[in-house]
Amino acid sequence: MALLEVEGLRVRFDTEDGPLQAVDGVSLSVEAGRVLGIVGESGSGKSVTALATMGLVPGRIEGRARFEGRDLLALSPEEMRRVRGHEIAIVFQDPLSSLHPFYRVGRQLAEAVRVHQDVSRRAARARAVELLGLVGVPEPAERVDAYPHQLSGGMRQRAMIAMALANDPRLLIADEPTTALDVTVQAQILALLRRLQEERGMAIVIITHDLGVVAELADDVAVMYAGQIVERAPVERLFAAPEHPYTWGLLRSMPRLDVPRERELVPIPGRPPSLVHPPGGCRFHPRCPYVRDPHREVEPALEPVPGDEGHAVACLLDPATRRRLWREPAP
Amino acid sequence: MAGYLARRLLWVVALLLAVSAITFAIFYTLPSADPAAMRAGRQPTPQLIAQVRENLGLDQPVYVQYWRYMRDLVLHFDFGFSYQSNAPVREQILDRLPATLSLTGGAVVLWLAIGLPVGVISAVRRRRWPDRLAMGLALVAISAPVYWLGLVALYLFADDIGRFPLLPGANSYEPISQDPAAWLGSLVLPWLVLAASFAAFYARLLRANLLEAMSEDYIRTARAKGLPERQVVLRHGMRAAITPIVTVVGLDVGILLGGAVLVETVFNVPGIGRLAYDAIRTADLPVIQGTVLFGAFFIVVANLVVDLAYAWIDPRVRTA
Amino acid sequence: MSALVEVRGLRRRFGRVTAVDGVSFDVRPGETLGIVGESGSGKTTTARLMLRLLHADAGEVRFAGEDVTRAGRARLKALRREMQMIFQDPYSSLNPRRSVGSIVAEPFAVHGLLTGPGERRRAVQELMERVGLGAEHYNRFPHEFSGGQRQRVGLARALALSPRLIVADEPVSALDVSIQAQILNLLRDLRREEGIALVLISHDLSVVRHMSDRVAVMHAGRIVELADADRLYASPEHEYTRRLLQSVPRLAPSSPSSS
Repeated sequence: MALLEVEGLRVRFDTEDGPLQAVDGVSLSVEAGRVLGIVGESGSGKSVTALATMGLVPGRIEGRARFEGRDLLALSPEEMRRVRGHEIAIVFQDPLSSLHPFYRVGRQLAEAVRVHQDVSRRAARARAVELLGLVGVPEPAERVDAYPHQLSGGMRQRAMIAMALANDPRLLIADEPTTALDVTVQAQILALLRRLQEERGMAIVIITHDLGVVAELADDVAVMYAGQIVERAPVERLFAAPEHPYTWGLLRSMPRLDVPRERELVPIPGRPPSLVHPPGGCRFHPRCPYVRDPHREVEPALEPVPGDEGHAVACLLDPATRRRLWREPAP
Repeated sequence: MAGYLARRLLWVVALLLAVSAITFAIFYTLPSADPAAMRAGRQPTPQLIAQVRENLGLDQPVYVQYWRYMRDLVLHFDFGFSYQSNAPVREQILDRLPATLSLTGGAVVLWLAIGLPVGVISAVRRRRWPDRLAMGLALVAISAPVYWLGLVALYLFADDIGRFPLLPGANSYEPISQDPAAWLGSLVLPWLVLAASFAAFYARLLRANLLEAMSEDYIRTARAKGLPERQVVLRHGMRAAITPIVTVVGLDVGILLGGAVLVETVFNVPGIGRLAYDAIRTADLPVIQGTVLFGAFFIVVANLVVDLAYAWIDPRVRTA
Repeated sequence: MSALVEVRGLRRRFGRVTAVDGVSFDVRPGETLGIVGESGSGKTTTARLMLRLLHADAGEVRFAGEDVTRAGRARLKALRREMQMIFQDPYSSLNPRRSVGSIVAEPFAVHGLLTGPGERRRAVQELMERVGLGAEHYNRFPHEFSGGQRQRVGLARALALSPRLIVADEPVSALDVSIQAQILNLLRDLRREEGIALVLISHDLSVVRHMSDRVAVMHAGRIVELADADRLYASPEHEYTRRLLQSVPRLAPSSPSSS
């Protein structure tokens, strides 16, 4: 049984321009001890998906999110509160704004411990120092009394991770954890997450727009576009044989260090769609170079790729055509 | 830190000097009653007025008078003597100080006790009926002139003229040392009136700041940790939202200590405000100067205290 | 071939922090020079010093042989026609109260050019089309556009006076990945067509490699390495450059079959 199983998740916000369907029928699963990467651009619904399972998102939520068998979306607010920071923990993007500026780091960590464990202040503080050491903060006994603004960006993010680990969560959700960091620091944080995951057998859901991050850290990948999952695969398969035109577009439009310098970037034409008035049929069709008439009307469902275990794609083109198109040079 | 304090204290002195000079200048350039004439009694002869003027030293040029005043003030802490009563100004002010302190102190406690919880509830129940009701009442309380509120309060509740004679009316102030119960009773109405508009303002201010604080990322983190919502609001939201409140409280207290003229007049509380008002009416310059300087002093000190408090609350300010 | 821009010994302090500490480099006509570095490396400050948006504490910048750092007001104004900048944040670098057309037309207004009836408007429309915006967008306001489109507006504005140099400070960092490629390609095309020199500042090593002829690596206010792009990425010499390159996450080997 998967650690987390999301079925048919739908999240709707009521905005001034009308109802906005941020997540529209997302189903995914996270296995214990493995890393799932959710990749998408702004407006894809990747963050909302993860945060909605934790009840941290306002708006209308439908669907099921089963964690170790229990449906999180059916829990009472009090029961959900007990899960948060305990069995499931979250690390957010910007540690400077995500930590309270007026409280010392150690105090915030100790608070995370004491919410779920009945321990004394001294014990919680000792645990805070221990946690900081665990995530590689040098001289944790001193750093524990620092205010967030006194730490560097990398140290702050380590402190956030330490705070998330306070109660030995079985699942860690990391929402763009390295986006606000320098590239050398990013590498350190990703290595840290990898190490922690292996040491603790913790599952991680990493949400990012950066395919490189996914390549480094994830075991499985889900690609999201306009509130839906368009492709799902083990990470090596996604890069070796991507099936969805959007994934192709992402891969072709990114400058990469491992391809010849002169290789032209092929941008995806157009812009991400409005989620208030999404395109009919396949949501990607206005930007797809391979669009055909039926694609404007029929919504593709996520279907397994024949012959490729664990790989699914939501595209109306038939598999043989797709394979051929991927091997051809970009249009 | 020591250097910072030293600089601030120098500024205090400079400011008070400026205030005293400006007060003098205003008094002499704007038309007002002639203090000598007022002092001289009814139907004074011109010679009498001239005599009085000379006695009071008013025949000297302005800068001489100013110099004399400042010299006495700095060397002897002597604020001079009232033109009206010949009483030493310093004693008059110190006599009145307890009443002003009582009035201000009680009002502050009351308006914080009312305004802050209302602000929190309004923010947490945004746009629902408690919020709308509270903010509506607050708007009325802020808009109503405080003397009007005072008169209405007297009209309704004063034990001598009121419709529902529950509380002591005007002229009933007793110092706490003489009769604590009477002291308390006499201040209830003035406290409520004074606190009304402040409480309203603070409720609105806190509501706005708390709403903004609650939309910050660290609130999301607090919830993600599994904190109960009450702690999220009170420990994380309030801690951030309280800073502007602290600033404003300090400034308001500083201003009120200089005398809440309108309330003191309506309820006839013998405080510094009332003293200042009477002195202006009778063109009693030494008393005016004294009360103005006292008021300025409290405000300047309050500013300093507020700045230090701010640094204590927000650690980011300390390193700057 | 003499350099278009010569930067020598630039230095600039902010309080106790030396943001730029003796930076020197050339920009050749028509080349793209990439300046890469992490936060605090001084790359943005260097860009601003080049265009004299900031005062240098020491050093000089020469544009086509002329001293920019000490030029008088009139000369500086004339020089600024030749050197333009586009900024990182498409949401704050355009005046929200002005129509996009008037934003792009402003350079003409500032320098008193194209005063004939309708001349400016025509020029603006041409520029907008060149950067991929419709001429009909003339009267719209920035908030009606997406981030990528706003960057195009900024680019049109920068191109208005046919500058010989454009300094682009993190031009695509705030944009989604699929839009980044559009803007980068646009920059590349304009460069090829007009022969404009481009100084591209970014923290993204892949972007810089793709776009630049030569690359300068900055760290703590200094240039630690400056070389041809191919050489720098293939065999970096400086320890810091190597560390930077090692930190970039690698995509698993895959590629559409090359033609």
